[in-house]
Amino acid sequence: MSIRNTSDFVSGLALVAVGGGALFAARDYAMGTAFRMGPGYFPALLGGLLALLGIAISLRALWIDEGNRMGGVAWRPLVLVLGGVLSFSVALGVLGLALASLLALTVSALATHDVRHWEVPVLSLGLSGFSLVVFVYGLGLPIKIWPV
Amino acid sequence: MMLNDLILGFSVAATPINLFYCLMGSLFGTLVGVLPGVGPVVTIAVLLPATFALEPTSALIMLAGIYYGAQYGGSTTSILLNLPGETSSVVTCLDGHAMARQGRAGPALAVSALGSFFAGCAATLLIALFSPLLGAIAVRFGPADYFSLMVVGLVGAVVLAQGSLLKAVSMIVLGLLLGLVGTDVNSAVSRFDFGLPELADGINFVVLAMGLFGIGEIIVTLERRKDEEGTVIPHGRVWPSRDDVRQSWKPVLRGTALGSLLGLLPGGGTALASFAAYALEKKLSRSPERFGKGAIEGVAAPESANNAAAQTSFIPLLTLGLPSNAVMALMVGAMMIHGITPGPQIMTSRPDLFWGMIASMWIGNLMLVLLNMPMIGLWVRLLRIPYRLLYPAILLFACIGIYSVSNSAFDVGLAAAFGLLGYVLVKAAFEPAPLLLGFILGPLMEENLRRAMTMSRGDAGVFLREPVSLVLLLLAAALLALTLLPAVKRGRQEVFVE
Repeated sequence: MSIRNTSDFVSGLALVAVGGGALFAARDYAMGTAFRMGPGYFPALLGGLLALLGIAISLRALWIDEGNRMGGVAWRPLVLVLGGVLSFSVALGVLGLALASLLALTVSALATHDVRHWEVPVLSLGLSGFSLVVFVYGLGLPIKIWPV
Repeated sequence: MMLNDLILGFSVAATPINLFYCLMGSLFGTLVGVLPGVGPVVTIAVLLPATFALEPTSALIMLAGIYYGAQYGGSTTSILLNLPGETSSVVTCLDGHAMARQGRAGPALAVSALGSFFAGCAATLLIALFSPLLGAIAVRFGPADYFSLMVVGLVGAVVLAQGSLLKAVSMIVLGLLLGLVGTDVNSAVSRFDFGLPELADGINFVVLAMGLFGIGEIIVTLERRKDEEGTVIPHGRVWPSRDDVRQSWKPVLRGTALGSLLGLLPGGGTALASFAAYALEKKLSRSPERFGKGAIEGVAAPESANNAAAQTSFIPLLTLGLPSNAVMALMVGAMMIHGITPGPQIMTSRPDLFWGMIASMWIGNLMLVLLNMPMIGLWVRLLRIPYRLLYPAILLFACIGIYSVSNSAFDVGLAAAFGLLGYVLVKAAFEPAPLLLGFILGPLMEENLRRAMTMSRGDAGVFLREPVSLVLLLLAAALLALTLLPAVKRGRQEVFVE
């Protein structure tokens, strides 16, 4: 038997894994009874349901092809956009808002295929300054600004 | 008697100081609605301490203004940037942004502002007319009724999702599961926290929404944008054409009615209202295949509905002391700070505050539409900025916004993870919108399911014996059956194939 739609088949399996994982994790929480539900009751119910839905999606992919294809992964935007956000998350506590913004902007601005290299530093410096003015001085967010 | 109450309300709301705070709230609301990543929840939370010194009525007038002001501003980002400031404008992205890509951003913004204004006026009138009466109905809702109500909301989300029903349902279930992360209120057990203390308070809605829709969408957009050079979209005329008006006045009326009703119900609120209004328009439309591709009804109805709901959601708060969403929970906090216990007694003990707030909503809506209609040109000009300059700015504001919700750098990293999830879901042809709705309703559903089952001593038949619950469940079943009809099923598939 061949799989008609690989993308859906794999997605279904992933959902089975997530649902099964939830079911597995919910073992640690008291189930209780339908009368007096414990913290594990609803999660176990949902985990089981998700696993069943995943099985259904995978089985369906064996016969039915809706024509959707995963296509190639665009690594450049994926890595650089997520990298920009993650670097902000990591740098904020250490370097403060000013430098974390600069870093995140520089990394993420390179994610697009039509980068104009002279624009990146201008954009990063300008937006970092703008966000300092608006969020820290304007809205008064309690946030660390400089490394010290 | 009601006339006297309204006169009292306007005499309170129209004092120069209250007019000033109403204007400030509305403007601030629009601004944060337009700024991606900073929503009314953050703004109200940040401004809450600043209201300590104010008179309680002024403080609440301003905070309320931020909420409905953000409904106006939120639609702007949804339409122009495909970035919902809030869940309530998620569905506006579908057709609003499609209209913008077709160069009809102007009419989309105008219809959304005018629809919101109409809904705001109508909802204000409704609050004044029916708040005592409607409070008395809603107070009789039991846990079983609430549970069934949320089931209707989720079924609505499935019906409006494109493509496979199975996939939409699985997204809802995944969202419900994500909503359960964190400490269980009944047993204090921390669930699905992977041993991370940062997850003990659960996943913040802003983190999930910004990750899935903000960050994920940016990656998808960058991937798909390969051939074009820049994104200068000619916006065309700002004012809606006669055809636009003809197509949208009925959806505005229906959205207002549905939104007013759903905003009233706890757990409903603006998000459910806009989702339901969109689903209703899609179902009623003679050409549902236009939805998601720039149908003006898909902007008019949900935008009217969310503004109506934003306003009627004050009814359960003011008459029952029951917050129906995060913003209302913050309003409870604001009232407590000023020594006011929200509940039915406000109407009699502080009629000036109750009616003053209601009157200020009408005034605020008038200010918003008068200020925003001329400023639409300014918003539309945002589209002239090339995307390569725009998306780093959106990302940065999103990062700062996510951080400021609970001053947590961990949340920013978590949002990056949801951004990855959002990208993968789009690639695998799963729609993320039902996930978000499931996420919001998850804890509420569990709470009401538990309560209903405890009250019925473990007998699930209670959902069918309670008349309100039964009617709601039948409605949900009917909606679901409708999508399984061969004709509708074909229609759904045609939409999906594009």
